[in-house]
Amino acid sequence: MNIVVCVKYVPDATGDRKFESDNTVDREGVDGLLSELDEYAVEQSLQLKEKLGSDGGDSEVTVLTIGPAGAVDAIRKALQMGADKGVHVQDDAIAGSDAFATSLVLAEAVKKLPHDLVVCGMASTDGGMGVVPAMLSERLGLPGATLGSSIELDGQTLKIRRDGDTATVTVEATLPAVLSVTDQSGEARYPSFKGIMAAKKKPVETWSLADLGVDAGQVGLEASYTAVEETQARPPRTAGEIVKDEDGSGAKALVDFLVSKKFV
Amino acid sequence: MADLSSSPFELSPEHEALRRTVRDFAEKEVAPHVAAWDREHHFPVDLVRKVGELGLFGLTAPEEYGGAGGDFTSLCVAIEELGRVDQSIGITLEAGVGLGINPILTFGTPEQREQWLPELVAGRALAGFGLTEPGAGSDAGATRTRAELVDDEWVVNGAKQFITNSGSELTSLVTVTARTGTREDGSAEISAIVVPAGTPGFVAEPAYDKLGWHISDTHPLTFTDVRVPADHLLGERGRGYAQFLATLDDGRVAIAALAVGCIQACLDLSVEYAGQRTTFGGPIGRKQGVAFQLADLEVMLQASRALTYRAAAMKDAGRDTGRHRAEFKRAASVAKLYATESAVSATRIATQVFGGYGFMEEYPVARFYRDAKILEIGEGTSEVQRMLIARGLGLPVE
Ligand SMILES: Cc1cc2nc3c(=O)[nH]c(=O)nc-3n(C[C@H](O)[C@H](O)[C@H](O)COP(=O)(O)OP(=O)(O)OC[C@H]3O[C@@H](n4cnc5c(N)ncnc54)[C@H](O)[C@@H]3O)c2cc1C
Repeated sequence: MNIVVCVKYVPDATGDRKFESDNTVDREGVDGLLSELDEYAVEQSLQLKEKLGSDGGDSEVTVLTIGPAGAVDAIRKALQMGADKGVHVQDDAIAGSDAFATSLVLAEAVKKLPHDLVVCGMASTDGGMGVVPAMLSERLGLPGATLGSSIELDGQTLKIRRDGDTATVTVEATLPAVLSVTDQSGEARYPSFKGIMAAKKKPVETWSLADLGVDAGQVGLEASYTAVEETQARPPRTAGEIVKDEDGSGAKALVDFLVSKKFV
Repeated sequence: MADLSSSPFELSPEHEALRRTVRDFAEKEVAPHVAAWDREHHFPVDLVRKVGELGLFGLTAPEEYGGAGGDFTSLCVAIEELGRVDQSIGITLEAGVGLGINPILTFGTPEQREQWLPELVAGRALAGFGLTEPGAGSDAGATRTRAELVDDEWVVNGAKQFITNSGSELTSLVTVTARTGTREDGSAEISAIVVPAGTPGFVAEPAYDKLGWHISDTHPLTFTDVRVPADHLLGERGRGYAQFLATLDDGRVAIAALAVGCIQACLDLSVEYAGQRTTFGGPIGRKQGVAFQLADLEVMLQASRALTYRAAAMKDAGRDTGRHRAEFKRAASVAKLYATESAVSATRIATQVFGGYGFMEEYPVARFYRDAKILEIGEGTSEVQRMLIARGLGLPVE
């Protein structure tokens, strides 16, 4: 079975965020890493591979990312966790692409890879749109089982549980399919030192838009439907309010505060 | 073999990846609990198992025992990163490998290795090394614990003191040094013997009440007619002490790595605080009196790290044996001495930067302040390091 897991290289959320003059995220000047939400996708891919064992032929997990040169670090991390090989789509023309354009490039790359299952995280930790998995399934013409918090594979049937605000639903899809997993699907493993050493020797291919047969005019900032018009620095933290309870009025003061801020 | 001349202090991308992994682990699994564990003097068995699952106890062990077959530098990186979040957890790993696993790996028979290593390497078990006694610390040759061979069994009697990882739920054995006879010249014949936990007569007395390292497991041990089979002798009879000394050099570099973690923590905490805390209308980091102290911390950090990883690189390049041995021993002592004394200074500076808050257990600097002092004492005191370095210079120091 061939699993393709799509991951994103994002700016380290613990560092400072910076933007370019065109309001796109500065990806070159900041430390980046494998998006934490995509670690869950890698984890589920590896678990599926492990559960399949060597029955049904050897399974292979391919990590796919689109991003600048540094994005290979995201692939490397997934390989250290245990994925088998990587594909890095890198092309200057892609910079500034929105989810729609990104899903086009991803879909064309996936088409070039053997795939029974395409696994994504629930959203990126930078853009946070959470729409790429659905767009990808549409573009590939494959069923999309999105936002899975528990995942099972039974032969050619993928079964996920999706926990919504008002209901929990079970979604089934027949392979090949696109799956996205949430941060409730199970903690991602840490790479072991053995895994780190082994990853050194795992193959990573770099593809350009030309390799995918995608025209540069279909992607990038110009071809994107969404654009960030303005960014603002987060306002500095204010002092907060301390409620003192000296005469039993504390509880009421707390409730009044919550009501005034429309938290309750 | 690594070529030392090219870039001796540059860690490989794989070492940096390991650093990142251990840092993530320490931030997620250790940091949130460490204040409570420290307050309660709690040895977190479950966490130690997780450290094992992460493969850290097995970093340098061969694959046949479940290890990763990695280099010594990788172990130093792991100790440094655990130590950056908590020194006790760092020492638990350092002692688990250096004093627990390594003697058995280095001197054990195939049967002894087979019997003990897989569990130790997986971090499901811990081993201690009992050298120090109430009357024998720096002067470890003054060991009084005795072992006598009676009917194919060693009968051990005596006491050990300050032994790390020796009385926890996970402890599977303690290797102890004991007199097994007297040499022709009248000096003691000292051998090393493996005593499995639970052997009748072997008691780990209640844990010490220590100034620091509250999360680390340290006990006095007593041995009363403890009987173990003759094949529990580790290494050659009469070579126990000498053999053990041979493994001490690595331990010194590993302790230096733990000290580097301590200095890094002091620097990180202080720089952050210096940017936040305001006095007289501005952050204290603007005052030269504070900022210059932080600059000193950075110097200590870089120098300590360079000495430590240089010594580790020497070992990884095979320069800990043969004609390079003396050079490595000196590099290990220099690293241990400089990094540990810097760590103590660093905690003093960090606590000072935090002012009164630095004296409060609420802030991690207070814990680092208490934890650092032992670094200048364990695995060879600062005085012992100076003695060794001076001797290496050819001085006739006693
Ligand atoms: C928390 C903790 C954990 C430990 N874990 C272990 C363990 O797992 N296994 C183990 O075997 N031991 C362990 N030790 C023991 C530790 O290694 C010894 O405490 C250390 O070697 C010093 O020995 P001592 O305490 O007997 O001090 P002493 O040797 O009595 O030294 C007292 C002072 O005299 C100085 N001194 C001694 N000789 C000389 C000299 N020749 N020249 C100049 N100065 C000298 C020393 O530097 C020191 O300042 C541990 C200790 C502690 C506190």
